[in-house]
Amino acid sequence: MVKTFIVGFDGTDSCRRAMDFAVECARQQNGTLHLVHVLEWSPYSFLTTEELNERHARRQEEVARAEKFIEPACEALRKTGLEVTSEVRYGHSVEIMCEIAKEKEAAQIFVGRRGRTKLAARLIGSVGMSLVQVSPVPVTVVP
Amino acid sequence: MSHKALTAAAALMAASSAAHAQIAQTIDEAINTALSPISDFVAGIIFYSVPIAGVSFPLIVGWLILAATVFTLYFGFIQFRGFKHSIDVVRGRYDNPKDAGEVSRFQALTTALSATVGLGNIAGVAVAVSIGGAGATFWMILAGLMGMASKFTEVTLGVKYRKENPDGTVSGGPMYYLSRGFAEIGKPGLGRFFAIFFSICCIGGAVGGGNMFQANQAFQQVVNVTGGEASFLADKGWLFGLVLASIVGMVIIGGIKSIARVTEKIVPVMAAIYLGAGLVIILMNIDMVGWAFTQIVVGAFSPEGVAGGAIGALIQGFRRAAFSNEAGIGSAPIAHSAVRTREPVSQGYVALLEPFIDTVVICTMTALVIVISGQLASDLTGVQLTSAAFATAFPWFPVVLAVAVVLFAFSTMIAWSYYGLKSWTYLVGENKSMENVYKLFFCACVVAGASMSLGPVIDFSDSMIFAMALPNIIGLYLLMPVVKREIASYWARIDSGEIRRYR
Repeated sequence: MVKTFIVGFDGTDSCRRAMDFAVECARQQNGTLHLVHVLEWSPYSFLTTEELNERHARRQEEVARAEKFIEPACEALRKTGLEVTSEVRYGHSVEIMCEIAKEKEAAQIFVGRRGRTKLAARLIGSVGMSLVQVSPVPVTVVP
Repeated sequence: MSHKALTAAAALMAASSAAHAQIAQTIDEAINTALSPISDFVAGIIFYSVPIAGVSFPLIVGWLILAATVFTLYFGFIQFRGFKHSIDVVRGRYDNPKDAGEVSRFQALTTALSATVGLGNIAGVAVAVSIGGAGATFWMILAGLMGMASKFTEVTLGVKYRKENPDGTVSGGPMYYLSRGFAEIGKPGLGRFFAIFFSICCIGGAVGGGNMFQANQAFQQVVNVTGGEASFLADKGWLFGLVLASIVGMVIIGGIKSIARVTEKIVPVMAAIYLGAGLVIILMNIDMVGWAFTQIVVGAFSPEGVAGGAIGALIQGFRRAAFSNEAGIGSAPIAHSAVRTREPVSQGYVALLEPFIDTVVICTMTALVIVISGQLASDLTGVQLTSAAFATAFPWFPVVLAVAVVLFAFSTMIAWSYYGLKSWTYLVGENKSMENVYKLFFCACVVAGASMSLGPVIDFSDSMIFAMALPNIIGLYLLMPVVKREIASYWARIDSGEIRRYR
């Protein structure tokens, strides 16, 4: 059974370090890599009517933007002979990561911490901490 | 661009307010004289009333109730049979998790609700029970339950005939099902005519009932709380209007969504406080609840001291329900059509919860509190009656209520500004500068609504909201077989498992 290593990927330097570390593990254990980018989203947040009508268009833009930085990273790794997949999902980062870990029967989750931007710091910081609490698989938080 | 528009808006408003301060009287009078004949004429037609048992009954209310009854029977009491299904759909049980990030059912429902929950639930109910007695509540609940079928029908059609633009945005609403749906049944010319008729009424309704009326009532309530005639704000409606207009302008012209979002975070909290306070009052007087319900049921059939007796109570109840939940008006489909679903019927099920929450839950709560508080015996009416009823238990409540009224008015204005905008762009085409013309006009109307005591203008604009029901309901009648086919196919596919339940 091939092991899948999940990496929380948001394009920041810290997540790239997490990715590099995951790549090492994957190589040693002949596993595959799965990059996950989660766009924070709650189906219960309030939108104005205008936002409702534009939502589908915005979503397409957001997914396209995310794929734009996630694809090059995948390509670069594939060139080195590693099997890499990726996905962009909407929802709560921690919940989505755990869900994917169950779906993929993953071996481990890798996340970075202390992103450079304020937003990333907030997201990644809390994601690391909460994942450790609830993840169904071992979690590695890479500094 | 938006910056320029903002500056322009500010200049325009400043100019209008300065002018107002000097020659307010003259302007008010001039506008009154100029508009009175038109206003009286239009309002006279829309609100044409026939006396029934000595009470004047506006035919438009009959038109709305008749439609609700027809849809209830035609779809076999779908609001009761489908209620559980509605809850399941709102909870996202039929939504593919892969579609996360699209507009959720819950979001469409709350946005549409934000346009209807407001003064009608607070002031309208008080008017109904003060004139029609406790029994009016019974008829109000009945009308609310029937209205659920109208909402179901119009929202299903709104989703079915919405237009997906090349840029991924969605346009929907009665103008689209009137034009596209009628084309499908071989009446394109008639459909186009009704769509234009509806759009014109909707723009009128947006700047009127959805704007000037709201601004005006919010201002009245603020003046009342700050000391009535003696309030420092009493003759400064233009100032209140100016502040309100700049906030509205920042949201709709400046695109500062954060303000709308902050308000919308507070609005549910206000709604919760309102319902919570009502619930506490009811629980504190739990021994009186049985009595109150008896009053409501007995009053519905043989009221004492109500003009017109049972018919009078019925008319008041029906009137307020129709005015409050907007079922059959055609406003909700504009908000609901954005949901990403291939099943129009499923969104119809979501929408039928709207009149239930608005009328059956919130309005009934208000009515119960008023009946229990015993304030019904007083001479008060409108917001003051509700305010006094709540104040018997919580003396600080009138202030909270004033804040709630202003916020509800604001969220209603934001929602309606968009309904009007969609109708405007349907008429003149999608065009940024034309959109800004509308938005500036909308902001100017906020100032006008708050500062002027233009009875005729408010009557006129309020009547436009109800005028929307004329083309809309004719459209619903002609297109209801389409909805029936959709329902049959929807349930067949649920039974066959083609429409999957995810959780």
